[in-house]
Amino acid sequence: MTRVLPVLCVLVVVISVWFAASVPMNWSQAQALADDNASWTDIAEATQSLDRPLLPTPAQVATEMVTTLVDYPVTSPRSLLHHALITAWESLVGLLISLAAGIALAIGIVHVRTLDRTLMPWLVASQAIPVLAIAPMVVVVLGNIGLTGLLPKALIAGWLSFFPITTGMVKGLRSSDVMQRDLMHTYNATTAQVFTKLRWPASMAFLFPALKVAAPLALVGAIVAELPTGAQAGLGARLLTGSYYGLTLQIWAALLMAGLLAVLAIALIDGAQVLLVRGRGGRL
Amino acid sequence: MITTLLLLLSLLIGTVALVLLSRNDARAFRIATPVVFGVLVLWLWQLACVGYQIPFILLPPPSNIGVAIATHIPMLAADFRQTVLRSVIPGWLIGSGAGLLVAIALDRSPFLRRGVLPLGSLVSSMPIVGIAPIMVMWFGFDWQSKAAVVVAMTFFPMLVNAGAGLAQTGAMEADLMRTYAAGYRTTLLKLRLPSALPFIFNALKLNATLALIGAIVAEFFGTPIVGMGFRISTEAARLDLGIVWAEIVVAATVGTLSFALLSLLERAVTFWHPSYH
Repeated sequence: MTRVLPVLCVLVVVISVWFAASVPMNWSQAQALADDNASWTDIAEATQSLDRPLLPTPAQVATEMVTTLVDYPVTSPRSLLHHALITAWESLVGLLISLAAGIALAIGIVHVRTLDRTLMPWLVASQAIPVLAIAPMVVVVLGNIGLTGLLPKALIAGWLSFFPITTGMVKGLRSSDVMQRDLMHTYNATTAQVFTKLRWPASMAFLFPALKVAAPLALVGAIVAELPTGAQAGLGARLLTGSYYGLTLQIWAALLMAGLLAVLAIALIDGAQVLLVRGRGGRL
Repeated sequence: MITTLLLLLSLLIGTVALVLLSRNDARAFRIATPVVFGVLVLWLWQLACVGYQIPFILLPPPSNIGVAIATHIPMLAADFRQTVLRSVIPGWLIGSGAGLLVAIALDRSPFLRRGVLPLGSLVSSMPIVGIAPIMVMWFGFDWQSKAAVVVAMTFFPMLVNAGAGLAQTGAMEADLMRTYAAGYRTTLLKLRLPSALPFIFNALKLNATLALIGAIVAEFFGTPIVGMGFRISTEAARLDLGIVWAEIVVAATVGTLSFALLSLLERAVTFWHPSYH
């Protein structure tokens, strides 16, 4: 309770401020639409239910979420769930690609000195580079050679999440204790045995934090990669069409849905971590 | 045929050179190895593009990108001014500054801290860049809306990191300050903020990249006809990839330089920190 109560209080304050702010933000629009003899209470009431408000109220966003989630079947392009699933799938495929590639590269870097010396400085430097900027180009170029749909978006999502996973796994595979490695050495353990019995289990404590950084990045990558293809499907497309046609409710609902997906991804990773800890008898 | 042979030969020589270079532990060799690798990649890229006559609309060779940079310097400078000087730097300063101030303010009330920090870390893991269309609606097409996106993107990482940093102060040091009869303000300035500096710099460096991403992506949602993100999205659609790569080179340089500058500043300000001894 001592953990939940403060969060709840802050949430209540945020939502109240949001409601309060929606009145002045939408005032001029509501006033323009109202009759000449409308009283100020009428206008204030009208600010709460505009079609294209400058700032939708929390209630309007919630209603929009519920109607677009419930009223249409998942297969319909008007269903928010349809778009959310597309984006989630793109991010997940991308995350799996980068997980496989990142772990493979990290294993190489840890065991081969040349790879370590040549690639690690570049991997560290890549954190300072806005790699997301290449997204429109990659999507357009892949579209030119006939690759459209899931793959370009998954590649961008994977490319973004690749770097934190690789650097995290390199740290993790090196995190085992020197004493323990010496012990394995006295057992005459092979490199493969040291890897499976010591390095790999020790790296898990670094893999999960890296995944928690990588999953939201993959989501951002998928959303941005959906922008340049003419906004066909996905949460990025909802944001872009909403922006073109001034459909503020659609933008807010898509944004909230993207946030929910990120929270869900983090919760799933946390859940997997808990399962792993249990399977190992209480330690990561 | 000749191209393939040349490629294989370069790859072989390059690999042998890298293996030999990486055997030496001297500082010069540690720097030379990744540089040689970078040069090798550029050389192979150039060779493959020219040799196999890969169309420029798929992958322009590095020489073409170099020419694009050299011939478009005024345009690149205008885009740099619009995106970096007008959106990224003000947004980064305001967002990081506000995050730091709020973290300090929250620090006085444990109740508020426990309420805000979990929400802050939740929000900082969300795709905040998606607010770009809303900000364009509120602040117009020009740089103000991009700076607003940058503020929103940089605020939460700083809030969470500075909050964690301020909570790091050791009980021993805090007790010592109490025995000196130091007030809240003195303790904050002399003990807690300095000990939070590594966390704050961490957030500043993280935010530098986030700010660039935020400004560039926000320009995908509508902008006047200048800016790095605008240029990237329109020239990609027109298949003029030399210019797109030129903008990416500029963005990567800005990101790396700001990271390096912040690291230097961090070293200068936190020279006392154990990690530098």
